[in-house]
Amino acid sequence: MQSPITSLKVGSVAQIAALQGHGSSFQRKLRTMGIREGKSLKVVAAYPLAGPIVIDIDGRQITLGRGIARRILVEAGD
Amino acid sequence: MKQIVLMGNPNIGKSVVFSRLTGAEVITSNYPGTTVDFSRGKASIRGEQCELFDAPGTYSLQPTNRAEEVAAEVLRWADLVINVIDATNLERNLFLTLELMEKDKPMILVLNMWDEAKRSGIEIDQKALEERIGLPVVATTALTGEGIRELVDRLAEARSPPQVRPLSEEEKWVEIGRISKAVQKVTHRHPCLADRLSEATIRPLTGTPIALMVILATFYLVRLVGEGLISYLFEPLFELYRPLAYAISDELGPGVLRDLLIGKIINGDIDYVQSMGLLTTGIYVPLGMVLPYIVGFYLALSLLEDSGYLPRLATLSDNLFHRLGMHGTAIIPLFLGLGCNVPGALSARVLETRKQRFISLTLLGLAVPCTAKSAMIFGVLGSYGQKYVLLVFAVLAIVYIVAGLVLNRMVKGECPEIFLEIPPYRRPNASMILKKTWMRIRWFLAEAIPFLFLGVLLVNVLYSVGFMAWVERIFSPFMQWWLGIPGEAVAALLVGFFRKDLAVGMLLPLCLTAGQMVVATTLLSLYFPCIATFALLVKELGLYDTLKSSAIMVATALLVGGAMRWSLIG
Repeated sequence: MQSPITSLKVGSVAQIAALQGHGSSFQRKLRTMGIREGKSLKVVAAYPLAGPIVIDIDGRQITLGRGIARRILVEAGD
Repeated sequence: MKQIVLMGNPNIGKSVVFSRLTGAEVITSNYPGTTVDFSRGKASIRGEQCELFDAPGTYSLQPTNRAEEVAAEVLRWADLVINVIDATNLERNLFLTLELMEKDKPMILVLNMWDEAKRSGIEIDQKALEERIGLPVVATTALTGEGIRELVDRLAEARSPPQVRPLSEEEKWVEIGRISKAVQKVTHRHPCLADRLSEATIRPLTGTPIALMVILATFYLVRLVGEGLISYLFEPLFELYRPLAYAISDELGPGVLRDLLIGKIINGDIDYVQSMGLLTTGIYVPLGMVLPYIVGFYLALSLLEDSGYLPRLATLSDNLFHRLGMHGTAIIPLFLGLGCNVPGALSARVLETRKQRFISLTLLGLAVPCTAKSAMIFGVLGSYGQKYVLLVFAVLAIVYIVAGLVLNRMVKGECPEIFLEIPPYRRPNASMILKKTWMRIRWFLAEAIPFLFLGVLLVNVLYSVGFMAWVERIFSPFMQWWLGIPGEAVAALLVGFFRKDLAVGMLLPLCLTAGQMVVATTLLSLYFPCIATFALLVKELGLYDTLKSSAIMVATALLVGGAMRWSLIG
């Protein structure tokens, strides 16, 4: 089962399973910022009112808009 | 001349390496997107004169915003590429490295932030990396200058990458995985104070109150420095200068030259604000009124920039900016714009789409008061009472938000979401901050003084040929009817095209009521940024969109001015 990181609780850790949609340039940008299949990430903050999500990968924090975050799928159950 | 280009991901210290190599002064900070245009400098590398280019940071050679387009463009001029890599983040940085290697240009790798990597438990085997990719590798800590000598010495070793067939994107990541596994060892470390601080400042519940405190502290610092400099340095200096100004005035005697250099003598005295002479108002306004706050503002801004706080603020304010058609990163043009709209407008290049840049630049020119504008607002309304000053700033803030909401609906185009890397907190370096502030002060003076002189000159000429009187007569009925302020205020608005701060001296003698003065000041802030910003808007948006943007500014100014008139003057 895969689910988007928007469904994770703040503070939880999960492994990225897949990146979805929006063409190759979008996925390239995600990957060049460290967001790649197999990496584990931690959700640092999630803003209310469909605001951005902050994740931590390799000790670096990245702020993502909600729509972008929805396309990052993680293995559920972690 | 040999052309050397510095390439690398955003916020990894390329500009610091650049200024170490060339001795050129460039603005460096701790957030991605500080460099949005390339800088050019010269360096003598082992007796050979070379031209160096500092390209904006980019994650890959397929650009996603204006700044990254510039980077891809600059790369084409390169005879030699210095690929600067963040040693604390090897894996991710190598993607650009592999892309650059396919360009088949002589290359050298620089592992910058070497000290930070060591501190955070990252070990990179330089020799192994060299062998693996077939290019020379130098470790540096550009901030302290460590390793720069070695970089210069080994620049001659730069060579074209070994011929390999171009890799697909997926293959690149596989290759990167192999390389980093072979050359890098990471020892896990415990979260430190900076990590906890980082989390606290980026979570909405704890971050919002901290942000409010930081902003208040910033304003406090600006005022503290500004007012301190005025009362202990600039006022005394200008009092020392006064006898000299009198002497010049007496020497010249009445006539055109005195009117131009010294200006009007008001009640037997030179009034630095109102006299309107080149040697009185022309130097007092930029130096005595605005410069002290410029110093304060840029000191405070440097602290925010170099600590790495701005990207956190961008995250916290993303929700708001998203509704205005932009995203949190738009806080950077806004903050820089509070100092001077010109660098503010330039930094809007970090925004991805034309729509976002149009909104950001229009709101900047409309409702983000630069330090000179703010000094004008304080200068005009200070004597009427603080609440009127606050009122003007509150109106500007409301206009920013409402105009943003409207423009978001009306301007066509896409609004991509925020996608921003948050740099680690770094301790600001005192000498870097002083250097940066000094640089920006010099820019301010170079920018402000010519336009102020031009403005003063123009005021004198336009008054003496009767043009001002004519314009005042033409606009008087409209001004009276719609805005409730006398026609004479038109002269101040005209001067505002050049410099807003100069308008203070033209509004004060009109003896307006508090309400009229608030309307006049708000109008003066809204209707047009200043000629220097306008020129940059044309460059960034093109003439057509700049005219559209200007029309929005004028319309908003008249609308808001009219509304304020009815509520304040009646």
